[in-house]
Amino acid sequence: MDFAAIITAIADLLGGATPGFWPIVGLSLKVTLSAVTLAALIGLPLGALLGIARFPGRTAVVVLVNAMMGLPPVVAGLAIFLLLSRSGPLGPLGWLFSAKAMILAQTMLVLPIVVALTRQTIEDLWREYAEHLASLDLTGARAVPTLLWDARFSLVTALLAGFGRASAEVGAVLIVGGNIAGHTRTMTTAIALETSKGDLPLALGLGLILILLTLILNAVAFGAGRVGARHAR
Amino acid sequence: MIHLARRTLLAAALGLAVALPAQAQDAKPTASIVVASTTSTQDSGLFGYLLPIFTKKTGIEVKIVAQGTGQALDTGRRGDADVVFVHAKAAEEKFLSEGFSKERKPVMYNDFVLIGPKSDPAGVAGGKDIAAALTAIETKKEPFVSRGDKSGTHMAELKLWKTANVDLEKVRGDWYREIGQGMGAALNTASAMNAYVLADRATWLNFKNRGDLAIVVEGDKRLFNQYGVMVVNPEKFPTVKAKEAAAFVEWLTGPEGQKTIADYKIGGEQLFFPNANQPGA
Repeated sequence: MDFAAIITAIADLLGGATPGFWPIVGLSLKVTLSAVTLAALIGLPLGALLGIARFPGRTAVVVLVNAMMGLPPVVAGLAIFLLLSRSGPLGPLGWLFSAKAMILAQTMLVLPIVVALTRQTIEDLWREYAEHLASLDLTGARAVPTLLWDARFSLVTALLAGFGRASAEVGAVLIVGGNIAGHTRTMTTAIALETSKGDLPLALGLGLILILLTLILNAVAFGAGRVGARHAR
Repeated sequence: MIHLARRTLLAAALGLAVALPAQAQDAKPTASIVVASTTSTQDSGLFGYLLPIFTKKTGIEVKIVAQGTGQALDTGRRGDADVVFVHAKAAEEKFLSEGFSKERKPVMYNDFVLIGPKSDPAGVAGGKDIAAALTAIETKKEPFVSRGDKSGTHMAELKLWKTANVDLEKVRGDWYREIGQGMGAALNTASAMNAYVLADRATWLNFKNRGDLAIVVEGDKRLFNQYGVMVVNPEKFPTVKAKEAAAFVEWLTGPEGQKTIADYKIGGEQLFFPNANQPGA
């Protein structure tokens, strides 16, 4: 395999000579960003609550959430597959082999990361400011919005970690999505498919574009965070 | 001001997330069915050629989930597909007898080929006797890559070892590598370690990362590879789109579908041979 073949493959992809490429990029972004958004909506408040709450068995919950950050994507995919299969409990929804199924599976992968990292950040912040917040009559759950707001720049990193996890995985989306051309084919499942066809330059080209996309998204988030932090001071 | 910028950014991100689905689903046909099929039919490029013709004619969109034959049949057993289109007659007949489909129709055939390194350390190249070739590979313990995934090709391979009177359980060793993956992955593995591998001709013809591999044995009658199609029984799963599924099977086994299959060629070579009208196929 030579460099020229890879360059040609990338040029064909970006130039629109490879049909169906941009919808694949669109679907990848849609699935991944939706999963991160859902995980953020649930995970940020949940993680913050876990950071400030004290209850019996809390340590066990914290360890469990931390461990779930290592949930193998293929296991998450299999679990969602069994749930959504026509023979499974959520079969009547008819979600299997659809983008919804993929978003659900990836949310399951991203959620523990968001919860665990938010918990750590908020717990540290809480330790520092508990008295101050108490003097403002912000105790318990009422302190959560303030703490989340103060930690917002650190929490972007948690979301980026979640995005990285979702955009990189292939195991879950392949099982619940089925890699159907034009419907559930994403960047990663397309890479797996082209590899299995032996078209390694195309597979590698797709891979490089995926890495580039991730880089751009991270740069934008970093830049936005920086601007925001400067003005917030 | 900053808040505004932040909100604009957030709104843009949300807008992107909302706008994308609309773009991904443009030009949606009237109905769609899910077909569980094999990696060989997908990796060979047949579906990419055949399905647009069918969709244009009927307005029915076909979503292909490409799996090994064993997994594709299981997808049908769970009610997650409307049609199964696979290649392992014995397993298909079991599917029928379990009541998961009412009828199996033959569609087309091609053949398996034994692929191996050009240097041919087992000395089997050019032969037509697949049993003799497998025996030679086993005797010399030359590396052999097996799909090991209950796919149609894997089942065919196991049957061929039996034909060759090789008891795999007894002779299994480092030379026999079971990878548990699709046809393309098996070819990639064989290409990387210069091993022998059984492949369907269609996937081989469409495979690009050949390295030092070539066809070493072909043309044995026992390498015949028959494909069959079945509609999943709607009485077992009311969600099965029986009408559209039947229309697909009708078309595939009818004159137009059969001609389309025969027309699909790579480099002038025909990949699949239609035989829906051959009794007992």
